[in-house]
Amino acid sequence: RPGGRERAVAHTSPGEESESEAKADGETASDSESRVEAATLPPSADDTPEVLNRALSNLSSRWKNWWVRGILTLAMIAFFFIIIYLGPMVLMMIVMCVQIKCFHEIITIGYNVYHSYDLPWFRTLSWYFLLCVNYFFYGETVTDYFFTLVQREEPLRILSKYHRFISFTLYLTGFCMFVLSLVKKHYRLQFYMFGWTHVTLLIVVTQSHLVIHNLFEGMIWFIVPISCVICNDIMAYMFGFFFGRTPLIKLSPKKTWEGFIGGFFATVVFGLLLSYVMSGYRCFVCPVEYNNDTNSFTVDCEPSGLFRLQEYNIPGVIQSIIGWKTVRMYPFQIHSIALSTFASLIGPFGGFFASGFKRAFKIKDFANTIPGHGGIMDRFDCQYLMATFVNVYIASFIRGPNPSKLVQQFLTLRPDQQLHIFNTLKSHLTDKGMLTAATEDK
Amino acid sequence: NLNLRHTHNCIWASLVSQLETDIDDRYGDLDSRTDSDIPEIPPSLDRTPEILKKALSGLSSRWKNWWIRGILTLTMISLFFLIIYMGSFMLMLLVLSIQVKCFHEIITIGYRVYHSYDLPWFRTLSWYFLLCVNYFFYGETVADYFATFVQREEQLQFLIRYHRFISFALYLAGFCMFVLSLVKKHYRLQFYMFAWTHVTLLITVTQSHLVIQNLFEGMIWFLVPISSVICNDIAAYIFGFFFGRTPLIKLSPKKTWEGFIGGFFSTVIFGFIAAYLLSKYQYFVCPVEYRSDVNSFVTECEPSELFQLQSYSLPPFLKAVLRRESVSMYPFQIHSIALSTFASLIGPFGGFFASGFKRAFKIKDFANTIPGHGGIMDRFDCQYLMATFVHVYITSFIRGPNPSKVLQQLLVLQPEQQLNIYKTLKTHLIEKGILQPTLKV
Repeated sequence: RPGGRERAVAHTSPGEESESEAKADGETASDSESRVEAATLPPSADDTPEVLNRALSNLSSRWKNWWVRGILTLAMIAFFFIIIYLGPMVLMMIVMCVQIKCFHEIITIGYNVYHSYDLPWFRTLSWYFLLCVNYFFYGETVTDYFFTLVQREEPLRILSKYHRFISFTLYLTGFCMFVLSLVKKHYRLQFYMFGWTHVTLLIVVTQSHLVIHNLFEGMIWFIVPISCVICNDIMAYMFGFFFGRTPLIKLSPKKTWEGFIGGFFATVVFGLLLSYVMSGYRCFVCPVEYNNDTNSFTVDCEPSGLFRLQEYNIPGVIQSIIGWKTVRMYPFQIHSIALSTFASLIGPFGGFFASGFKRAFKIKDFANTIPGHGGIMDRFDCQYLMATFVNVYIASFIRGPNPSKLVQQFLTLRPDQQLHIFNTLKSHLTDKGMLTAATEDK
Repeated sequence: NLNLRHTHNCIWASLVSQLETDIDDRYGDLDSRTDSDIPEIPPSLDRTPEILKKALSGLSSRWKNWWIRGILTLTMISLFFLIIYMGSFMLMLLVLSIQVKCFHEIITIGYRVYHSYDLPWFRTLSWYFLLCVNYFFYGETVADYFATFVQREEQLQFLIRYHRFISFALYLAGFCMFVLSLVKKHYRLQFYMFAWTHVTLLITVTQSHLVIQNLFEGMIWFLVPISSVICNDIAAYIFGFFFGRTPLIKLSPKKTWEGFIGGFFSTVIFGFIAAYLLSKYQYFVCPVEYRSDVNSFVTECEPSELFQLQSYSLPPFLKAVLRRESVSMYPFQIHSIALSTFASLIGPFGGFFASGFKRAFKIKDFANTIPGHGGIMDRFDCQYLMATFVHVYITSFIRGPNPSKVLQQLLVLQPEQQLNIYKTLKTHLIEKGILQPTLKV
């Protein structure tokens, strides 16, 4: 049958209560397990008293669920620490693996929604497009950050000079293959999967590369945002569990205003503490650089002004409470407040988006990779907006453009353009008083 | 007799329509307004002899169709020339209005496909996202090309410096509005429309900005590709009409291999000649610049080597044919061969994509804006790939980075970094002999 006739309007409303959430018809066989699990009432924050009553009867299954979730959470956090210890290269590879898994999960959902698993060529094309876009982004990253390495090796130099052209050609090939693969009875399906693939690429691949860019800026820019999102998740859950009363949004009935606000404050405090602890260490604070001599990544530098302790005068209001006149903190901690605020206030919208998506396509979890938690995408749905925000934040407020990249671009210009820029820069610096006859002499 | 004839006509009509269109479903279950067009048999190139026989009986309607298409084609071409004459600013406005119209057409199709015209907030959100993405792209363009103008105004400086952040904040506001607007019974529809909007933005808005970037490089980089695509359309149609025999692809039954190959050769020749004609004039060849003194766009410069006649010695076999030792032509003409080749070989894939899209969603045309031709998107479907290709071609092979952008980024750096770069540049320029070391007394 032409699978294009989608079940456009959800006739069975997914419902306000978590019970009917469990009844949503899971499309995939893998969902059946989680459906059984969900049939036992998950602890919903605004029903806690009744749940406790019922807990006496289903104690073992509910506690088992809790234990499974708890152990897996600790395992993931421990894994995270190990990876940080192993260094930037391993982190990059982990980001890459997470990206591929998320892509796979979302595409699989598309196949299940449209019953399009057997479309000719389509699986190949999806993976091909993933490869193309990754090639494009990695090429840009490598060109920017490994400039010296690239200039040394002749094949790499040519690849980087014509990188955009090569990427475009590869993409075009995929596009033409798609057009040639259009089959009469499956036009609409194929267009849907094409659109689905592209939106998934837009979400998953671009953000994972922004994460890697943040990482190169300094591991602290990678660790603090991710930890803030995780902390917000956990804190909002706990505050909701203990104090939750008023529901936040119809999309996610388990979220409450108390959890939201409590999570916000807890995350800001957590972010302040974490950035204080991390700003002391060079390995977190320095930009990741590729050292030509040792042929590996090094994080060694003179910490920038952001990561040096400074005295701040406490405003009168807080002075009376704490009893200190000044406090020594890192300027980065002030930025961390901005990051934590975003993680708590806007980050959850990423989670609501994913919840809405799951309701729309009547799935309980993205996949079944992590027991008790669902798929990788379930863990990372809030992270995507965060990664983009951190990247935009860094580009706007922290660092300007990459100086070595600018020099590289300058060297490719024509001589008259170079002269023009040089003279403009000279007059600008002279105006600012940075350049005097004395410094010129030197 | 009447009944028999009626039945016979019905069978014949349905058979013919199946033969003609050869698609999986009949049109019109979504698009009631184009139903009136469907019974009329469109002229198909690879069945010309039968059509001619029928033409005698349906002469007026078919010729009327031809006349309408022909007149509209000429009108569009003259409008194109008029806008070129009026200058780059008008061209930019034209590109912008085409982009908005294309976006509107595709979004309207989405509404019709999903019967989602009454979704809460959705129309507002689509236009809002269009505005956001345009703001982002125009901001990047303005900052680059109007650097001198921007340096003067303080508020513009602020907007430029935090441009990405502001654009991101605006986009996020739209994203949050979308999440808050999710209504219980319409989740899936809303997600579909959200994705539809984003893919449409990706296609129409990014490419229209690439077109404008190409325009700023020099109007010839805008004119030659677009005319090559138009020429390929027309030439392939004419070749197909006269010589068309073997069908090219099942998606578009009217296209033939003869049309394809004939169109390719004519387009290359056309591009070659058009490049030769246009390369003479500074108006077309120079990058568009904004002069703050006259507060307008000027195209005046010393033409680069691409647009200066050079002598090329002909390879031996051409020497024998043309009986000349060498030929003087512009280097740009060689690039135009690449552009025309792309326009004829890969450009049609954009058209096939659009045909597949129309088949998939069972529409005959994107809209009804241009009588006889369909919507704006129908005319521009081949142009999109072309615009991206030209842009990638220019950045890879023609020019390096934009000097004013490099300067703007330099001025944004920290003073210590600027000083370091200044010293590096100075050493480099002195080494190259571009800068004479100044003697200090």
